[in-house]
Amino acid sequence: MLRPALFKELALPVFAIAAALLLFGLVVAFAGIDAVEVWATLFKGAFGDWFSWQNTLQRAAPLMLTALCVALPARAGLIVIGGEGALVLGGLACAALAHAVPLPGNLVGTVAVCIAGALAGALWIVLAGWLRQYRGINETISSLLLAYIAIGIFKHLVEGPLRDPASLNKPSTYALGDGLLIGGIGGSDVHWGLVVGIVACLGLGWWLRATASGFSVRVVGGNPRTAQLVGLPATRLILSACGLGGACAGLAGAIEVAAVHTNANASLIAGYGYAGILVSFIARHNPVAIVPVAILFGGFGAAGSLLQRRLGLPDASVLVLQGIAFVLILASEGLRTVDWKKFGDRMLPEARSYT
Amino acid sequence: MTADQWIALVAGIVGGALRVGAPFLFVSLGECLTEKSGRINLGLEGVLVLSAMAAFGGAYLTDSAWLGVLIGALAGAALALLHGLLCSLDRVNDVATGIALMLLGTGLAFYLGKPLIQPQAPQIPAIPLGFWSDNPVVRSALQLNALVPVGVALAVLLWWGFARTRAGLLVRMAGDSAQATRALGYSVSGLRIAATTAGGFIAGLGGASLTLFYPGSWNEGISSGQGLIAVALVIFARWSPLRCVGAALLFGGAGAIGPALQSIGIGWGYHLFNTVPYVLTLVILVFTCRPGSAAAGSPGELSSTRN
Repeated sequence: MLRPALFKELALPVFAIAAALLLFGLVVAFAGIDAVEVWATLFKGAFGDWFSWQNTLQRAAPLMLTALCVALPARAGLIVIGGEGALVLGGLACAALAHAVPLPGNLVGTVAVCIAGALAGALWIVLAGWLRQYRGINETISSLLLAYIAIGIFKHLVEGPLRDPASLNKPSTYALGDGLLIGGIGGSDVHWGLVVGIVACLGLGWWLRATASGFSVRVVGGNPRTAQLVGLPATRLILSACGLGGACAGLAGAIEVAAVHTNANASLIAGYGYAGILVSFIARHNPVAIVPVAILFGGFGAAGSLLQRRLGLPDASVLVLQGIAFVLILASEGLRTVDWKKFGDRMLPEARSYT
Repeated sequence: MTADQWIALVAGIVGGALRVGAPFLFVSLGECLTEKSGRINLGLEGVLVLSAMAAFGGAYLTDSAWLGVLIGALAGAALALLHGLLCSLDRVNDVATGIALMLLGTGLAFYLGKPLIQPQAPQIPAIPLGFWSDNPVVRSALQLNALVPVGVALAVLLWWGFARTRAGLLVRMAGDSAQATRALGYSVSGLRIAATTAGGFIAGLGGASLTLFYPGSWNEGISSGQGLIAVALVIFARWSPLRCVGAALLFGGAGAIGPALQSIGIGWGYHLFNTVPYVLTLVILVFTCRPGSAAAGSPGELSSTRN
């Protein structure tokens, strides 16, 4: 039996996602498409067979890491939404290092390019945190502006100095050496990035929950006044939360390059950073809860192309579903304070008498 | 560079300031009105994209640019109304809601706008400001969007309204002190919902000028963060509708540098020059914000300016 608190914690997001699916069905019904068929296709495309599972998990891996880029700063009291910038710079740093330095074509080299990506991402998000702590600039706005700047830098370098002259139609950097690429787990399409994502979520969840520094971060985010009174180094904690989050998003970019694209090109700008915001909010900024939510939304993303092929829905229909889910999740926050027990007692007096 | 190239460059930047600045003007006026009531609407980015799509679709279906503008503005108002209503719920944060609406607005616009990528729609008429010049480059650069004078008039109207009218004072009171508003018997939520919706309507005009004037067609990359830049622009303009006009022109000019350079054959750093508005915004924020204190002229109830 679930504890009531945990049940409440789970029930609201589940209801909100169910309601979002219902509303989404209504939206597509306006386009003259059978809602039941849409739901069935959505499920089939996400979790129907091993092929869709592979697609789902492949998309879930970067989502977990970009969601951490929102969750960790959020626990320290910052709403950072510029994960997309950290992701593209991470991918760029990964490809640039592999091109500039002759790396050993084994695990050491792969780890090196991943660290380069993580560092680039960490620097970018720490910059947003620094601007807030030292200049008083709202981090939500600055992180998003930084994301646009990062994408500009990315395009400039990929189409200019770092471009592989052989890539004609689609400007790309030089491809990573075969030894540096991240392979699939057991010969499948699911790459080791998924394991990295899950380990990062569990590890950082443990950090927040069980270590002194993680606890301090939560105090700074939950009650800045208390943190000040007990003398916690708020700025340092906030910047480390930003750095860890940014490192995760940068790592996501590096893994996407090393496991999926093999070079840095415009396909890297696929909106994982923005979808990560949604995932983190639904998981209530809890790193452990990010794992299942990321798999669910990775599934919706994977089902998008099937919706397009089978039912002729535009590829943006998944965006609509995400948007509706986000709005409903936030609205359900308002229901959290309602005392359901009393509400139930009032509505169902007879049901009570049986227990 | 030759003299002709210099003229083309300057004309390109000035003309670009007027063209690219138009959506900035409307979105920043909409954001200014919303923030004066004490709420921040990051969802104006979604409002902008959705209204751009709705205006284009409306103009295409009704064959009238002005009906398209109206439809776009109404679509913007509808999405902003949703923001206002959601934020009135208990424990719902306006920044998070804004992010959600950004996602929902762009999603809906892309979903509904799929069939609109190919067709042409009637455009908003242009006012030829370059009539005095013989230079064809100058003439074509100074084609003024007919909505821009409307926007300037709107800025004056808002400035006058905030200072002189009952409604304007009520909005400012809701933004400065929710307590005082309640004490006088007005509904804080009601005032804020009304201001947010009106702000969405104004921002919708900006969306309309994107698809119905410049660039003049609907595609999925139509807005690149203008709705968010507007938030910073309002801080820069210190919450004054009149200063929003100047700020919008400045940002429009900054955004026009890249295309203007490209038009005279300098393609280097095109993407870098396109980031100038964002860099400019950050630089302005660095100089106008100070840690631990609210920005000058900000409404007292605003969450974004308090740390």
